[in-house]
Amino acid sequence: MGDGRKSETTRRRFMAGASGVVAAGFVTLRPAQATPESMTAAIRQVTGEAKVQPGKVKLDVPPLVENGSTVSLTVSVDGPMTAANYCKSIHVFNEKNPQPNVAAFHFGPRTGRARVSTRIRLADTQTVVAIARMSDGSLWSAKAEVIVTLAACVEEL
Amino acid sequence: MASALVNVPKKAKRGDVIEIKTLISHVMETGFRHTTTGEPIPRDIITSFVCTYNKEEIFRADLYPAFAANPFIVFSTVATESGTIEFVWQGDNWFSVTQSARIVVE
Repeated sequence: MGDGRKSETTRRRFMAGASGVVAAGFVTLRPAQATPESMTAAIRQVTGEAKVQPGKVKLDVPPLVENGSTVSLTVSVDGPMTAANYCKSIHVFNEKNPQPNVAAFHFGPRTGRARVSTRIRLADTQTVVAIARMSDGSLWSAKAEVIVTLAACVEEL
Repeated sequence: MASALVNVPKKAKRGDVIEIKTLISHVMETGFRHTTTGEPIPRDIITSFVCTYNKEEIFRADLYPAFAANPFIVFSTVATESGTIEFVWQGDNWFSVTQSARIVVE
């Protein structure tokens, strides 16, 4: 039933697109998606040319989620938060949502613990990446594979 | 009207790390969806969340459409002194909600 409705809208939108440029119409059928390349580009925007090492940051997401509209996510960096050495920020990215950015969390020594829990949306089965920036400038990353059965973000009303 | 819920412990020991939970009601419309007639639904999300402790910023988050509806954020802070912890959510269409909580530190 859901599929039937989807294809109908697709056809309708295709007809609208076909009145313009046919080839372009095909392209606009799919919503813009963040590909792994655009995720890499988004990560670059945060990290610059600096080297990102795996480790230190922990990314907790369920490996299998039924509903991509609310996926619980916890990111954390172990260790004390002192004025001399603390985690400055944690950035979360994804591969296949329409946009590669998910969230950015900024901390200070007064945050006490670099740990955030929240709920995010995932449009498809994909890899989620977290990048942590420490006060000494080093960058650390963690990856998690998430299988999504019901996608979020792009469903029709 | 949007409503925000915050959960801050009423009392804490000086130096303790306390957990703060926040929840705000908001649709977080992504801007990537369409109605059945093909009209795009404009984006309407919260873009930033800031938490200040006696006017000093202790935590900040940038939000994107990939945030689930009714943003729920849990984070921590060090209980340094008695005072007010203030929370500000801001977003599209001049969305702005402020909430605050008192804390007693012994």
